[in-house]
Amino acid sequence: MAGTAVRERLTWRVATVGAMIDETATVRTIELDIPDWMSHRAGQHLDIRLTAEDGYVAERSYSIASTPDEPVAITVERLVDGEVSPYLTEDLRAGDEIEVRGPIGGYFVWPWQDPASPLLLVAGGSGVVPFRSILRHRSDIGNTTPTRLLYSARSLPDVIYRAELDATSDGVQVSYTLTRQQPPGWTGHSGRVNDALLHEVAWPLEQRPLAYICGPTAFVESVAAALVGLGYPGDRVKTERFGGA
Amino acid sequence: MDALDGNAIGGLLHEVFGTEMTAAIGTCANCGRVAPVAETLVYLQAPGTVMRCRRCFAVLMVVVRHADMKCIDLLGMAALEPATP
Repeated sequence: MAGTAVRERLTWRVATVGAMIDETATVRTIELDIPDWMSHRAGQHLDIRLTAEDGYVAERSYSIASTPDEPVAITVERLVDGEVSPYLTEDLRAGDEIEVRGPIGGYFVWPWQDPASPLLLVAGGSGVVPFRSILRHRSDIGNTTPTRLLYSARSLPDVIYRAELDATSDGVQVSYTLTRQQPPGWTGHSGRVNDALLHEVAWPLEQRPLAYICGPTAFVESVAAALVGLGYPGDRVKTERFGGA
Repeated sequence: MDALDGNAIGGLLHEVFGTEMTAAIGTCANCGRVAPVAETLVYLQAPGTVMRCRRCFAVLMVVVRHADMKCIDLLGMAALEPATP
């Protein structure tokens, strides 16, 4: 049809598992070689479909951890009662094939063409995964948007991508808050993300910041409410929830 | 079970509507709230997938899979417009 945008059909493809990296005791990054993958935008997802021998099918959505120019990678946290994550983090081997479709999503993506707005990224647990894609992409393209990441984790060993996050520079400030356990001499923040911490870390309103929050549902609800309480307009606060934690 | 949000069903919606829908703007037929699909409440554990309004909790959309068929009930949406790229 002339004059209409070409609509990309979302089809399941067979991806081959590549390198895998253990990020923490329960979190693994998995590279996927996906034929005919349409380049994604930082913040997008992909769906994974596993089919059991008896025909039972389980589908899950995972944030993409890599930049548009890297091999596609997801970072998966093993959930104790999970159906899919234990398989992905324990049983999957390089060379295995799994069904994948994507890229998915157009809301929780970073509009890097809008450099005027400083970026506030607030992550709870494995909610940091899409932000890794955003931060790497920002760096790769030489974008200078002032950026702050506030990352809430249970303890220091639970921090995903810690070496990479600690090494960020050029306009990116990373701060952690540890909710359950702090190592001796910890100088970062402690406890849950609350009004006081956001007041300290969040960009002032007059800079028209753009905020992204990703994490467990209760975390996202509480941080979003706190940011709106600080005066952030609702349409400058983008949220993504992945359920219980 | 905590509610998720519309991001969680981006793939399903893309499959049903043939285009990216998480940034689409939906209007609640009950209370009139206008918001991106990504910001709705989504329940995956219900019979089928249920989307509700974040303000008034009215059901906006239900998607039920049966074999290879998907049945979609959109009566709770007064309008649903894909985002302009």
